[in-house]
This record gives sequence, C-alpha cells and structure tokens, in this order.
Amino acid sequence: MSSQPVIKSRLEGVLLRLLPLFAVLLAFLVGAVMLFALGANPLTAYLALLNGAFGSVNALAETTVKAIPLLLVGIGITISFRAKVINIGGEGQMVVGALAATAVALAFPDLPPIAMIPLTLLAGFVTGGLYGALPGALKAYFQVNEILSTIMLNIVAVQAMNFLLRGIMIDPQQAELGARIPQTMRLPASADLPILIRGTRLHAGVLIALLAAVAVYILLWRTTLGYRIRAVGLNPDASRYAGIHVKRYVVLALTLSGAFAGLAGAILVFGSESHRMVTDGSTTGFTGSAGFNGIVAALFGGLHPIGTIPASFLFGALLVGANKLQRVAQVPSALITALNGLVVVFVVSIENWRNRRVAARIAARISVDSEPDALLESSDTAGATTLGTK
Amino acid sequence: MSPNPADTLPRKSIEHLEMRGIVKRFPGVLANNHVNFDVRSGEVHTLLGENGAGKSTLMKILYGLYQQDQGDILINGERVSIQSPSDAIKLGIGMIHQHFMLVPTLTVAENVALGLRSSREPLMDLERVSARIHELSEIYGLRVNPDAYVWQLAVGEQQRVEIIKTLYRDVSLLILDEPTAVLTPQEVDQLFGTLRQMTADGHSLIFISHKLHEVLAISDRITVLRDGSLVGSIPTGEATRENLAQMMVGREVVYSRPIQAVEVGEPRLVLRDVSAISDRETKALSNINLEIRGGQILGIAGVSGNGQRELAQVISGLRPLTSGSILLDDQNIAGWGVKSLRDAGLAFIPEERMRDGAIKDFTVAENLILQEHDVEPYSHGIFLDFRAIAERCQELIASFNIKTPSQETTLKSLSGGNIQKLIMARELARNPNVLVASQPTRGVDIGATEYIHQRILEQRQLGTATLLISEDLDEILALSDEIAVMYEGEIVGIVRRGDATVEELGLMMAGVRPQPQAESA
Repeated sequence: MSSQPVIKSRLEGVLLRLLPLFAVLLAFLVGAVMLFALGANPLTAYLALLNGAFGSVNALAETTVKAIPLLLVGIGITISFRAKVINIGGEGQMVVGALAATAVALAFPDLPPIAMIPLTLLAGFVTGGLYGALPGALKAYFQVNEILSTIMLNIVAVQAMNFLLRGIMIDPQQAELGARIPQTMRLPASADLPILIRGTRLHAGVLIALLAAVAVYILLWRTTLGYRIRAVGLNPDASRYAGIHVKRYVVLALTLSGAFAGLAGAILVFGSESHRMVTDGSTTGFTGSAGFNGIVAALFGGLHPIGTIPASFLFGALLVGANKLQRVAQVPSALITALNGLVVVFVVSIENWRNRRVAARIAARISVDSEPDALLESSDTAGATTLGTK
Repeated sequence: MSPNPADTLPRKSIEHLEMRGIVKRFPGVLANNHVNFDVRSGEVHTLLGENGAGKSTLMKILYGLYQQDQGDILINGERVSIQSPSDAIKLGIGMIHQHFMLVPTLTVAENVALGLRSSREPLMDLERVSARIHELSEIYGLRVNPDAYVWQLAVGEQQRVEIIKTLYRDVSLLILDEPTAVLTPQEVDQLFGTLRQMTADGHSLIFISHKLHEVLAISDRITVLRDGSLVGSIPTGEATRENLAQMMVGREVVYSRPIQAVEVGEPRLVLRDVSAISDRETKALSNINLEIRGGQILGIAGVSGNGQRELAQVISGLRPLTSGSILLDDQNIAGWGVKSLRDAGLAFIPEERMRDGAIKDFTVAENLILQEHDVEPYSHGIFLDFRAIAERCQELIASFNIKTPSQETTLKSLSGGNIQKLIMARELARNPNVLVASQPTRGVDIGATEYIHQRILEQRQLGTATLLISEDLDEILALSDEIAVMYEGEIVGIVRRGDATVEELGLMMAGVRPQPQAESA
C-alpha cells in the first residue's frame, strides 16, 4: 500500500470525527436562511447568540446551569446506549426523580443542609432509577420494546406530576388564592444547592454533574460491571456464552440511566431560582426538554461520558444564547425552537451517515485482510462488491 | 399451458442449461474450481455435497447473486450473462431459498402478485391472481388458500406459496435450496409429488440436499461437489448410498500425526438418556448416551443439523434438557448455569465463533478476559486490574502464538485463525477437566488448524476429556480416540479409532445403523 491512500484514509478518519461540528454549522446555515426570510440580519443574530451564551460571567453561568441536566441525562443515556438499550424516558425519569426529591424536602423541612442535600438528591437518584428499572425489566423479561415503554412512561409521569402538584403537594398559598398553578411552596432553604459564584445562578449542581461524568467513565471502563454492560451491548450472544446474565445487565443499564435522569430532575428543582418544583402542566414545562436533549448531547459526545461534557455545554449555550438572539433580532421565539430542532436533526442524521461510513471503512479494511472468516461474516457485502465491480 | 400474458412474463423455455468451467474465488478461498454442471428440461438434477463444498455458490452464480470469475453459462447452447436475480427471472430461472422471501402481513395472493404488473393498472387484479393460484394448485397438488395471510401459514404451506410464486411467473428452471430441511416426512412426500408433476410438464429442477435417501428418491442425475471441485456426475440408477457417501467425504484420509498413547482415566463427562428440543421446538436430541474419560477425545461426526449444535449447548448449560442427566466428574450438572459449569472445569469453544465466542468490537485483551474478568487477578472487588490483565494477556498471546499488533487492537481486525487461537487460549488457560470443541478449525487457515489440533492433543495428554464436534471428517479421524456418529438427534453408532472406515462412517452419517460387530450405542 502506498503512503498516499494511508494519509487520505487518516485524514478521512479525522474529518469523520469532526463531523458533529460540521452538522452544527450546517444547521446554522439553514437557520440563517430562516432569519433572513424573517427580515433579521443573520450575522447580528448569531453574534447576539454567541454573546448571550458566552459574553459575560453571568452568560457563562447561565450556559453552565442549562448544561447540568443535559450532562446528567446524557451520561445516563451513554450507559443505556452502551448496553444497546434505547432510553427515551429521560423526561419521565427526571419528573419522578424531582417529585421524590421534592417530597423528601417537604416531608423533613427541619433537616440541616448537610443531611438534607444528600438525602433529597439520593431520593431523586433512586426514584429515577426505579422508574428506569421498570421498562428495563419489561424489556429483559417480557420482550417489551423499551422505546415504546419509556415513551409511554413519560406520559404517566407527567400526569402523576400534575396530579401531585395540583393536589397534595400544591403551594398552600396557591390553594388559598384559588389560582391553582401547579407548583409547590418555596422549598426549605436547607435543600438549596449552594451558589458557586455570587450574583449568578451557578450552583453546586455543576460539580455533582462533572463528578458523575467521571464516575460513569470509571464505571464503564474500569469496573467489571461496566465491562459487562459494554459486553452485553456489543454482543449479547457471546456474553451469554461467557456466563454473563444478559437480562440482569439490560435492567441495570436502564436503571442507572434512569437514576442519572432522576438526579438531573432533583438538581433542576433545588438549583432553580424559585426553589420550588413548578410546571405549566406539561413535562417540558418542568424539564425544558432536557430529557430529550440529553440524548442528543450524549450522541454528540460520542456516547462517552467525558465527551458528553463539552456536548452538554454546547447545547446549554444554544439554549441560553437563543434568548438573547430573540431579543436582539426581534424574531418569534418559535424560530429559536426551530433552530434547536435543526441542530438536533443535522447532528442525528450526520451521526447515522458517519456510522455507515465508519462501518464501510472497517469492511474495506477486513476485505483487504483477505481472510475466509471475514468473508463469512460479511458475505452480503462481498456479494455486493462483486456485483459492483463486474 | 398458456397463461394470460398480462399476468406473467413471456415463457422462456429452457431445454438445456449448462454451466461450463465455473470458477469463483473469494479472498483466500476457491469456492468453485472449474465446475461443470448441466440440467435438461424434464429432469431433476441433484447437487450433493458437504457444507462448504460450493453448492450454494454455484447456484447463487446461476441465480445472479454472484458473478463467476471464469466460465460460461449457456441456455439452449447460447451464452447468457446473468448479472442479477432479475436477469435470472427474465431468463426463466427461479429459486426457492432456504429462508422464504414472503411478506408475512400480506395474503398469499398479494405475495404472488408482488412486483408483477396488474392486468388493470393502477388497480390490483387479485381475483384474477386468486383464480390462477387455484388453477396452479389443482395442477400441481399445492394446497393453498389464496386469501390466507402468510403469517398464519405453517412452514410447509409457505414453501408451497414460494413454489406457486415461481410457477405463476412461468419459471422454466427452478433451483430448490435444501427444500426438505424444514419439512415433515409427509410434507416431503407431497413436495416430491409436486416436483414430479413439474418435471412431467417440462420444467427443469435443480435440487440441493445432503439427505441421501431423498436424493435417491427424487433425482434423475446426481452431481457431487467437494471442496469447490466437481467429484463426479452419475445417473441415479447407478448411485447407491455407499458410493454417494464415499464421493461426498471419501478423500484420502491422512492421519496427520500418530496419536500418543495416553493413560485413560476415570469417566469425566457422562451423558445418560439426554433429550432436548431445538429452537423450533422439534426434537433435537433423543436419548443420547455418551461417556468420555480423562485423556480421551470423542469425536462427533455427522451431517450438520443433526443435533450436534444442541448437544454442545446442552452440555455447556445453554439449552435445557427435557430428560436425562449429565455428569461432570460425577456431579450431575443438568440445569447448571454457564458460570457454575465453568467453575466446575468445563471449557467450551462455540461453533459460531464471531457470534458466540468473541466480541468483535472489544480489544484482544478484553476478549481474553471474557469469562474471568471478575476473578483474581483480573479484578479486585469491582475494579479491573489493568496491569494484571496486561501481563496475563501478554503471556497468553505469546504462548498461544496469537498474531496481533497489540493487546489493544480490536478483535475484528484479526484473522479468523488468530481469533480462534485467542478463544482457545482463553478456554484452555485454566486447564479444563472437560473441553467441548465445536468446529474448532472451520474457516481457519492450515497453519492455525495444525496449531489448534496440536493444542487439543496436548490437552488430552493433560487428562482433559474432550468432546470434538466437527463436520470435517478428516479432523475427526485425525484426533479422536472414539467416533460417535449423529443422525437426526440420535447416536447411530460409536466406533473406535482404527476400526472406522470412511465408507462405514459415511453410511452411518446417512442414518444407516452399523452391523452387529461394531459397538452400538
């Protein structure tokens, strides 16, 4: 093999890795057309977006605050996707985690912060985990498709949230006023997450999220548990032949995935400005769609907990910067949602394309090895190439 | 027969089809080596051979799924080029695959009409299709209800739909790839009735099988392939089970090395009246009795699909028994999980190594610790010890001569032989009491094969009881102390090394019980 194709192949490898950023640029390009059509100057608009996301300490703090739930959900998604379990239930798991954590704070208002904070967060973690374990068990033992069940459980969770926040957990003042806005009272101050930079909303949740990301990295690549989760995801047959209880790890992966979403929900409550759990009656009203956007952050981060950190930050920046863009460019807020949607669509479709490219590269490498075994494995592709060359 | 031309493609009558000097190479394998094959109108020509003999490749070339590297295909003396299945269909060639190509959620009539022009486009003409299906089922004895949904049909019925599909398209030559593999004996009789009617109408049929009695019952001529080459072609009148078995497997058997005498120990693996069912819930094993002593290799010979896979799975804890018991060093291990079996000293080399034996996206090191990642020294508590793993893997890579750039290389970039050596290394590292090796050298190059054989024999010296399951009769003969032959889930007979002739084994593989002087099961 001469050196030129090697360099070309290397270059292609690097480019493939940079593709997600390319996807973001493409999305912005389409967004620019939309902005232009609305009579706004795209350049000014995007500068406003950048400025809104990174322009000041406060902007950076806001971006980080938005990134926290994305990161926590994202590392959970990484665990489940590594086990080839698709968790679309982040929204619901966030909601139940938040409800449980809020309930603990309401039930024990006199606990000191040193006990209160760990206890509430643990409640969110455990409850989110149980809410993930349910579809996990349904998949492992009753062959129920987890995409379906996790989506359905999102709907169950939002109704439970509305029932509780309009019912027994409602702010007594709201009940008195008869406004019946679904929200709790101001939660005990002992549950507040400490503010890290005075004058901003940046709270200690970011430290928890970063620690969690490192912990998940260690879990997946340094422990026997993570080894088994990855083995089950890559080849359940070989795992079973090796004596690994495949079903158990399918359940565990979804449980952990739900647990981190539950923790995200809890942190969302105790790190919020109002220090209460509040919704507008929809899931998004509480989560801000972090349960879905966390999936994108995880994919963007290459399904790696450490890669998910910058990915979450990027999407956090989009969310925060979009507000500024809206004010400066005077465009309807729907455009901002559309822009976010575009980024997601481009990232996901380019991700699919990239996976196919990577698979093709691997197939090409194997056929160069000219081994009968590789042939058996990819006999279809072999057939296709012979068809093509003739 | 003159079906409505709007319904069907114009009929192409194939009086004589000839494949001449067909060569097909895959990287590292010569799948077809100058093969000649021909079939005439009104005849059933059987293509016989072991797995991997090149039958399927030859037929895929004829059906346009592969292109030959050399050689010609001639129809009625004229050279034709078949680039794709649609070319083949246009020429009047049809194929019934082992796995049916039907849409389960559509009805029989809809499946038959699929991909054809309707006589009143853009509307469907299903009544007309149904009427034609009725006609065809009358003529050929293919009982099918055109309005039934395919998912409701039994396997045998689905096959009838496939045949009707080809008849509806007025195919003149039909390839049947192991059509009887999925049928009950009664359904086989029905199928043969249909096939006879088809040949009487002037169709040509190519029948692929390795069931000798069926081949003898239905064919006019039989062509045998072995290792990609033509062994011979004979009229069925001159064929007997004996000479066919010999043609299929009867190459010169080379005892690659003299087997050293080993002191045979106590029985380490004993199967008593073991029965089990297959994934399709049919009987896979019936009353299997086997005994392997320490320092002994028992070879299981047989045509694939006669229960060998299930036998290996039953012993390895991957398939439940329906009755009987399995003793490993005098402990009844029936119903044990994989993990406990491994702890009890069982090692298992699965036949589908890329599916069941290794994880292709894991690194070499990660694959080497697949079973033992959670025990000392590879891990302490829940944490993996990478230093210990690296050291141990280095040892295994060296002692089993695994050729890999590094431990961190992903497995899929290794060659088949090296992957199999890796699996051997992992399984033999603990010096197992019992080794179950399924097709240990299938698809592996000669060098690695030699090496793997040597390792299995070394393990015999160390007192391991080995069950060797292989479709490669040479391998069985070269390594085994005793040979048991399986046919339709039963042990047909067990012969000692040296007492076995290839002819006898070939007959037993076809289900013929040995004469009284041989030891019987």
